[in-house]
Amino acid sequence: MLEIKNLKAQIKDKTILNGVNLKVNKGEVHAIMGPNGSGKSTLSSVIAGNEDYEVSSGSITYEGDDLLEMAPEERSHRGVFLSFQYPVEIPGLSVSNFIKTAINEKRKAFGQENISAKELLQLFKEKCEMLNIDKEYLSRSLNEGFSGGEKKRNEIFQMAMIEPKLSILDETDSGLDIDALKIVANGVNSLKSSSNSIILITHYQRLLNYIVPDFVHILKDGKIVMSGDKSLAQKLEKEGYSFLN
Amino acid sequence: MKIEPKISEDILLDEVTSKEYKYGFTTNIESEKIEKGLNEDVIKFISKKKNEPDWMLDFRLEAFKVWKEMEEPDWANINYPKPDYQDIVYYCAPKQKKKLNSLDDLDPEMKRTFDRLGISIDEQKRLANVAVDIVMDSVSVATSFKEKLAELGIIFCPISEAIQKYPELVKKYIGTVIPVRDNFFSALNSAVFSDGSFCYIPKGTECPMELSTYFRINEAGTGQFERTLVIAEEGSYVSYLEGCTAPMRDENQLHAAVVELVALDSAEIKYSTIQNWYPGDKNGIGGVFNFVTKRGICHDNAKISWTQVETGSAVTWKYPSCVLKGKNSIGEFFSVAVTNNFQQADTGTKMVHLGENSKSTIIAKGICAGKSNGSYRGLVKIAKGAKNSRNFSQCDSLLMGDKCGSHTFPYIEVDNKSSQVEHEATTSKIGEDQIFYCNQRGIGTEEAVALIVNGYCKEVLNKLPMEFAVEAKKLLEITLEGSVG
Repeated sequence: MLEIKNLKAQIKDKTILNGVNLKVNKGEVHAIMGPNGSGKSTLSSVIAGNEDYEVSSGSITYEGDDLLEMAPEERSHRGVFLSFQYPVEIPGLSVSNFIKTAINEKRKAFGQENISAKELLQLFKEKCEMLNIDKEYLSRSLNEGFSGGEKKRNEIFQMAMIEPKLSILDETDSGLDIDALKIVANGVNSLKSSSNSIILITHYQRLLNYIVPDFVHILKDGKIVMSGDKSLAQKLEKEGYSFLN
Repeated sequence: MKIEPKISEDILLDEVTSKEYKYGFTTNIESEKIEKGLNEDVIKFISKKKNEPDWMLDFRLEAFKVWKEMEEPDWANINYPKPDYQDIVYYCAPKQKKKLNSLDDLDPEMKRTFDRLGISIDEQKRLANVAVDIVMDSVSVATSFKEKLAELGIIFCPISEAIQKYPELVKKYIGTVIPVRDNFFSALNSAVFSDGSFCYIPKGTECPMELSTYFRINEAGTGQFERTLVIAEEGSYVSYLEGCTAPMRDENQLHAAVVELVALDSAEIKYSTIQNWYPGDKNGIGGVFNFVTKRGICHDNAKISWTQVETGSAVTWKYPSCVLKGKNSIGEFFSVAVTNNFQQADTGTKMVHLGENSKSTIIAKGICAGKSNGSYRGLVKIAKGAKNSRNFSQCDSLLMGDKCGSHTFPYIEVDNKSSQVEHEATTSKIGEDQIFYCNQRGIGTEEAVALIVNGYCKEVLNKLPMEFAVEAKKLLEITLEGSVG
């Protein structure tokens, strides 16, 4: 599904990713951990196509195509989803209108008709229940006045509505209390299938108790310095990043 | 307060400003004209052409006398070459517009805009001056509406007709809300007004439909110096729509309209405007200069709401206002003013509280793009006798790019201690992070801008009658969209 080869990226003149290699197959869950400033969020931004970052060398192949050639919205249409670490607020734009537009823009890209009101309502109902969301929240302004936890839950709600193939969850667990974390994790687990993939970016092993990764990678100084299974995360939790030295 | 934005959405900026006004259309109009210039003879000629009674002529001549002694105001934050008032033709009756046989003959670009705005086929035909068929044509629709209104005693007709048929009503109210000598442009309008609308709602009557110029038959060439008078008798209600989202091109560069609203005890007038006059080209050449005086007076327990969406004109000078004369009266002003390219707007409102317990609300949203300049100018005045009055004002600016300017000039005068005035102001810009967030969800940049702008204007758009609101949203999108493909 996704293959990253020797990826180097910088913001302004500062190199942040310094040769990342990563392969994610269909149905796999990968966790990327690493100390602050190691480049985790940069990696997710580059995959999503944020133009603040410049790719200086390397490649990203997605479903056999050059991902770096695609505009951010095209990546989205093709099934790449980023759950933002800091979701932005758009005053006056309702959650429901935003999601409806996102769904219809994707459909339009594939020459399909707009989603019917009935279908949309049914989807809203289903996904609200799954994530324990009050339907009243659909008419609120996008992320405006949302608590940190609500913003994160909103990201996962969008993920559930859009049904992406590759989801990158950038520190979705930060700001969530334990109950919210369980709800979000349950949601992600029920969205998981043999045909989609998930990349979890996190600081804490805590999330991985609920969403169990197939692989754990440690990113340090812009490189993946170690990979392993879920036990690597447990080791990290116990020993901290010092054992890498 | 002057805000000089510094942001780097250069791409966005390019997209937004590269949009050209392709929607204007002109038709060759054969018209009856008089010579350029303004003097008493010209005014007498206009009055005679309209077969006006003497009192109307006297009103005009008096206005002319006053106007001659006035100076064109220059306090507004706008720059434009002052018109030569002797180089303007003051009477021009359109004889007949060129008729199209069907909508197929319409300029495809124009047709596309109509479709995108969601304007009905019937209305498209009317706007494009297509010869209309029988039965379902707009004239017959209008006729049936007019009959219905007549049953209720509601008068809705051109003001020239009202001067003939209802002279007592016109005479009683014209110039009472906006005195002839109010300002330079109102004096000019009073001297030379061409035509406009007259609306009268009898006591206790709720007008059952939105009144718009669309349903006014025998529509004369109102254009340049339009005069509107709306009278709502005790306990009546009317919602009035002015303008339309369809692009309007006009040969006349100077527009100076006057709108007077009278809301008698416990009456309510809702006045909604969409203004989409030709804004000039990308380089700031051409475009309409729009100098409008709009004011309403509220008697006891009466309410007037002004709602406006302004996207057109090269220069806009406009302050729809309320005189809250009666106790418990309410004035509202909801505005979205968009400027792009080289457009300039100095617009806002005046809320003058005279009655006890009077309330006013001001929500003004400015959107500036390109090299344009938008200013909010508002006065809240609470007189000594207006005890326990309240005002809430909110003035927001949304900036697109770093070459535009947004300014806020609030004037607040409170002459008693029991009243409350609140003023809030914000300035924001469309952030790259907001655009990227939308992009990541599959929403392209142009659509993202539309969503953000519509969200920003929501409070105002919600005040418009439903169908108007839908069109207004699309109009905002078209006005601010990038390359027109």
